[in-house]
Amino acid sequence: MRILIRGAGVAGLTAAYALTRRGFPVEVVEKSAAVGLGASHYAGGMLAPWCEGETADEQVVKAGKRSIGWWDEALPSLVIRKGTLVVAQGRDANELNRFASRTSHFEGLDEAGIAALEPALEGRFRRGLFFAEEAHVDPRAAISGLYKRLRAMGVRFHFGEADPAEAGFDRIVDCTGKAAISDGSGLRGARGEMLYLRTTEISLSRPVRLLHPRLPLYVVPQSGNRFMVGATMIESENDGAISARSLMELLNAAYALHPAFGEAEVIETGAGIRPTYANNIPRITEVGQYLTVNGMYRHGFLMAPHLAEDLVSHLLNTCFLKGTAP
Amino acid sequence: MLKLYNTEVQSRLLLGTARYPSPAIMEEAIRQSGTEIVTVSLRRETARGGGGGMFFEIIRNLSVHVLPNTAGCHSVKEAVLTAQMARDLFNTNWIKLEVIGNHDTLAPDVFQLVEAARILSSEGFEVFPYTTEDLIAAERLLDVGCKVLMPWAAPIGSARGPVNPAALKSVRAYFPGTPLIVDAGLGRPSHATQVMEFGFDAVLLNTAVASAADPVLMANAFASAIEAGRNAYPAGMLEPRDIAVPSTPVIGQAVFS
Repeated sequence: MRILIRGAGVAGLTAAYALTRRGFPVEVVEKSAAVGLGASHYAGGMLAPWCEGETADEQVVKAGKRSIGWWDEALPSLVIRKGTLVVAQGRDANELNRFASRTSHFEGLDEAGIAALEPALEGRFRRGLFFAEEAHVDPRAAISGLYKRLRAMGVRFHFGEADPAEAGFDRIVDCTGKAAISDGSGLRGARGEMLYLRTTEISLSRPVRLLHPRLPLYVVPQSGNRFMVGATMIESENDGAISARSLMELLNAAYALHPAFGEAEVIETGAGIRPTYANNIPRITEVGQYLTVNGMYRHGFLMAPHLAEDLVSHLLNTCFLKGTAP
Repeated sequence: MLKLYNTEVQSRLLLGTARYPSPAIMEEAIRQSGTEIVTVSLRRETARGGGGGMFFEIIRNLSVHVLPNTAGCHSVKEAVLTAQMARDLFNTNWIKLEVIGNHDTLAPDVFQLVEAARILSSEGFEVFPYTTEDLIAAERLLDVGCKVLMPWAAPIGSARGPVNPAALKSVRAYFPGTPLIVDAGLGRPSHATQVMEFGFDAVLLNTAVASAADPVLMANAFASAIEAGRNAYPAGMLEPRDIAVPSTPVIGQAVFS
């Protein structure tokens, strides 16, 4: 069964990888000049199913748990299993209680516990939550890593205008994310804004979430003294540059986490559109030979492996019923 | 029946549309609670012509009355501009007018509020001003053309419930004929019952429902609480007494020793 995947973001690449591994011949077509330039480019790369459980559906938590092992298996040494630290300022202690009441798989920390995990935060927060089983990846390294593996496995990529004729394929899988948003698709866009800071004045070992009633924030440490700071959530399909207000709010929150961020270089800002369905849960849809894998919302790196494996199971079943080979 | 300008509604619960876990859950909360009016914030979503896209489409398709708001506006100019954008986007003259004076408490700036309400009323808007419990500010708002008042119970999102019950009661007493909607600061259904018992006409909520663990269930809980308070007000509640009063007469009962 020959498969054409449209879109080479996290959804398309994970699908291509999962299908190729199970013996499906796959080609990938991507409209832009390189992989991972859509919503994936602005991702935080957190594999934090339990923290996401604060607002996400139980399905996301359940499916997300599997993705840590999936990434580890696909790209050994990329996954950093250091957990997630959640803190709040003294006056927002109730936010921590609320977060704790909506989540599981954490231990409560006092000041000493926080300092033991993240010495840079010593004395700054009196209480925290530690989600030890969570992990994170460098999202751009994950995308380029998957791309290289797929190339090594012999998968063909078509970039830019080049578009192989659909006639040569048995199934066409649309993983184009935001590009698939249209009337009747059931998809909408949720704008997200982020930035990268660079500083040697502080180091963190794991993603830290700062709870705040108005401006919740996360900081994900990456290689090269970089820190990804995110992310706003705005019901809009405008993908223009980050607004002054959002920039101010994100920087303000980062500064509240640690004043050293006040001295950091702002090396990049970005804004992207997260494609999502009305229930904010990703899904696979099928009409004839056309399949769609979309609606990753703010859970691309967390949910894409799960969707990719679901797609494989579905197509393997189809082959089995038809008595054909993958 | 509640009449707001020329629109009549049954439901006395108004819901905001921000902060829900998903639009699907929001829609279910609105539907199950029987809400007929929803507010939607225009300021940030419309950043540089994005228009809110599919999210606004979801709101328009709810088949409820849309009350756009000017949340986050800090000046007359900003609020008036946002209101004008809202009129085009949602094809309505309704506007929930917020002019915020203080970033920390999100307290209304009543001086700028009155001015913005005056301008918008003269442009044909039907203004729902978000105000404090101040009687003179309320009077000025009515003077410039508002026919509905929306005093706060406590700062936005604070979940404190009515922090100044006496003041809210006097707003009710001073403006018996004006529809009064408590906007902002309620955290739990009993708060809503309380203000409905004061005689308020309706309650507007967002965070208390949207940020609940189960927003749909919480919207239902608030709807019931509002109905209870609404029925209690005209039913005539007892005032507290200093002595016990038996509900059945004791004279003539057999005495057991």
